[in-house]
Amino acid sequence: MDLLIFQAPILMVQASMDGILLGILFALIAYGMALQWGVMNIINIAQGELVIMGGYIAYFMYLSGIHPAFGVIVSPIIMYCVGWGMYKLVINKVVDKDLFTSILATFGISILAQQLMNFAFGADVVVAQSNFGTTMLFNNSVTLPNAKIFSGAVCVISAIILVIYMKKSKLGRAIRATAQNARAAKILGVDTEKVYAATFGINAALCGIAGACIAITFTLHPYTGLPYTVRSFMIVIIAGLGNLPAVAISGMGLGVFEEWSDYLLGTEFRIAAVFSLLVIILVYRRFKLARKREYLK
Amino acid sequence: MNKNTYLYAGLIIFGLAGAFIFPAYKLQLSFLYILIVLAMTWDVQGGQMGYNTFGNILFFGVGMYVASSTQIAMFFSLAEWTDAGGEKTFVHTIPQFFQGFGVGILLAGIIPTIIAGVIGYGILGLRGHYFAICTLALGIAAGELAGGIEIIGAGQGMTVPVWPKGFGSNASSSQFLYYLSFTLALVTFVTLKWAYSTRFGLVLNAIRDNEDKAEAMGIHTMRYKIIGWMVSAFFVGIAGGLMGHINGYIEPTEIAFAGPTFGVFMVLMAILGGKGTLWGPLVGATLFHLFKEGFWTYFLGWQYVALGVLIIVIVVYFPEGVMGWLREKYPERFGEVVDEADLKAQVELK
Repeated sequence: MDLLIFQAPILMVQASMDGILLGILFALIAYGMALQWGVMNIINIAQGELVIMGGYIAYFMYLSGIHPAFGVIVSPIIMYCVGWGMYKLVINKVVDKDLFTSILATFGISILAQQLMNFAFGADVVVAQSNFGTTMLFNNSVTLPNAKIFSGAVCVISAIILVIYMKKSKLGRAIRATAQNARAAKILGVDTEKVYAATFGINAALCGIAGACIAITFTLHPYTGLPYTVRSFMIVIIAGLGNLPAVAISGMGLGVFEEWSDYLLGTEFRIAAVFSLLVIILVYRRFKLARKREYLK
Repeated sequence: MNKNTYLYAGLIIFGLAGAFIFPAYKLQLSFLYILIVLAMTWDVQGGQMGYNTFGNILFFGVGMYVASSTQIAMFFSLAEWTDAGGEKTFVHTIPQFFQGFGVGILLAGIIPTIIAGVIGYGILGLRGHYFAICTLALGIAAGELAGGIEIIGAGQGMTVPVWPKGFGSNASSSQFLYYLSFTLALVTFVTLKWAYSTRFGLVLNAIRDNEDKAEAMGIHTMRYKIIGWMVSAFFVGIAGGLMGHINGYIEPTEIAFAGPTFGVFMVLMAILGGKGTLWGPLVGATLFHLFKEGFWTYFLGWQYVALGVLIIVIVVYFPEGVMGWLREKYPERFGEVVDEADLKAQVELK
């Protein structure tokens, strides 16, 4: 093989490090998706658009002279409101319907959000400069932008905060109760409507944090939301609902896979590799489950 | 004499005479026929079988690429053609054009059918939302892959052979495509109408209502699901091949594997008309086309915003569609017997 990655093995380290830091971001988005999937039984196709929206908030802070890293604080607050409004306007009408209705409705939201962002922010690829500098490792042969390390740390910290919040707080208990059995929770006095709205808001806030991190580490474009949705969906179906360590691990695995496919296949096939991997995983899972069914017979 | 005979006769006469009555709208009408085919074939999965697919766009794109690649590659080198881009250095003669066209359209039907048969076993085993997301990914992955393949023009796309000079008048190209699309829509309609009246249609409905029970009754559901998908793939592939010629230009993500436009249109049209009915997709496609043309003409720039709003409104507030609404309003027209006493009792219960 005359590929660059085999001629310079240090690139493997580079790809893996990049992949892990990228994967932490994916894991945070996937955690949000797992949360609202588990609680409300809704698959949100507009997840990626929420991420991009959160990113644009950080970008606008950068444009107005504030350091974009503060976006990880401001953006989740604004995105919580966006998510809450989205729930009140559309999602609460599709919560009880079958899954395809919610998929299609959120697909509509996704198209709408893409276009509105396109009008509001323009169709250019933008990036918020954080000026964090880079860290050199292994004799200057592996470069890691500090922004990536920063965003990885932010994601880990916010995930930990969320886990503690879900365990300890009253709302967290209500959310977990609703996820287990919405009807029983309602009987016991939980306002499920409020819980749903809060869950969707928290999901949007997580997307906002991830988006702000993406704004300083990668690029933003109104139409690049869907790959984030697909990645988080993929992570959730591999890891299962409500299994946080597995979400983190499969997120990093996906990040590493992407960076490696970037080096091996070329950048133009990167998105294709992600989407093909999803198809392969789903089909593999189907055969595995079919074997289990056969066994049960 | 069936009471529907007039309706059918009227539609066929409209279709045949349409090219002469509305010469200016010929391409629009051909477009409508293609949309009808897309909506009706989506309904085989989404409405009749209960498998909500976003992936039929895969066959559309494959058909489009296969049709024009075949037509070009039969006489010229495909790589040189795409290198030349828009410049017409290679010109098909009249017999070459029609030979290539015929073979291309035929292959555009056959190759997607084979693809559907091959991948069907893996993918149709998925249920519910896993199936929906998997097919969504399938369509987008195909578009991205096509965007990376050099010989069919990669991201820039390729041009489709132009109508041979000196054959017929200026209008004969669009007339030719008009009648081909009309025939395709007609054949699709007749085939599906016949198929729904046979055991095949009953099995599809049984799969939708309860797949496990159908399997327990001894039906090989997988076989029927794959055949259903292959039927859809065949017609969608040919529709794609024709669409390539109507557009005159193929581009991987915006035209061929256009998940966010055609991939969603077909779902939306079927739901708007009423999924799970024979006439629903047809009505839905017509309404949608009118709406879409109106918006694309008068609200240019905002059309996708309108589309997003339309999707949300239809899905959230109007999920039964036109046919479902009519059925609720005039149940006796659909051959349903309404028991007044029962209806009253139900109202009282509520």
